[in-house]
Amino acid sequence: MWYYEKKLQYPVKVSECNPMLAKFLIEQYGGADGELSAALRYLNQRYSIPDKVVGLLTDIGTEEFAHLEMIATMVYKLTKDATPEQMKAAGLGAHYSNHDKALYYENAAGTPWTAAYITAKGDPIADLYEDIAAEEKARATYQWIINLSDDPDLNDGLKFLREREIIHSLRFREAVEILIEERDRKKIF
Amino acid sequence: MSTQFKYWEPYVSPFDPCPPIRIKSYSTPPNLYMTFQPTGLAQFQTPREALHHGTLWPELFSPYPNPHKWGEQDG
Repeated sequence: MWYYEKKLQYPVKVSECNPMLAKFLIEQYGGADGELSAALRYLNQRYSIPDKVVGLLTDIGTEEFAHLEMIATMVYKLTKDATPEQMKAAGLGAHYSNHDKALYYENAAGTPWTAAYITAKGDPIADLYEDIAAEEKARATYQWIINLSDDPDLNDGLKFLREREIIHSLRFREAVEILIEERDRKKIF
Repeated sequence: MSTQFKYWEPYVSPFDPCPPIRIKSYSTPPNLYMTFQPTGLAQFQTPREALHHGTLWPELFSPYPNPHKWGEQDG
């Protein structure tokens, strides 16, 4: 079970009224390499993985939900006061006609989130390698969003999230090392 | 040489509905232990043998399914 703490993992500040950034940010909300995919991937894989790395998947999967909240807050702040005209000008006309200002699990092109974005192969090495790849892809996505954004306060939050991807990737690579370690063998010196 | 399979013992609850599988295994093929293949690695004696194994190098061959029973040292 989970306990909820009513605050963000890292403060989110948006200083410029630029609804178009919301369209780009939604990639990390409901995109293939976004935070929802990450959280659901890790929290699902942990059941069938060796117990030595279950805790890691639980912790990182939980943190991904904290990241999802930060992205949601950014998107909400960027769109909540936009007029329909501003939404249309930002490329969010199609989103507005379907959802008004509601957030939705979709990528930057408007494709709804699908479970096909994630896998669970059951082989612990294959699953952890997918997790490492997912972290690197998420890091790259943050880089491209930062390149598109000229809001320094928003970018501060995005840089924090990018750094977390780097740390998670290392933790997953450490998990692989733990699983391939020759533990059963007697060491002879 | 590294072992080709690793074993672990999942948690077994007294309330599990089915008879437990106490020891589970997963494959850890030799590529996981080779960052970059060294030059001059020993090759199989005959082309036929290499073709049969799917690789020129015995050190990179990974057997499947597990040819050893649990408890035996493999690799």
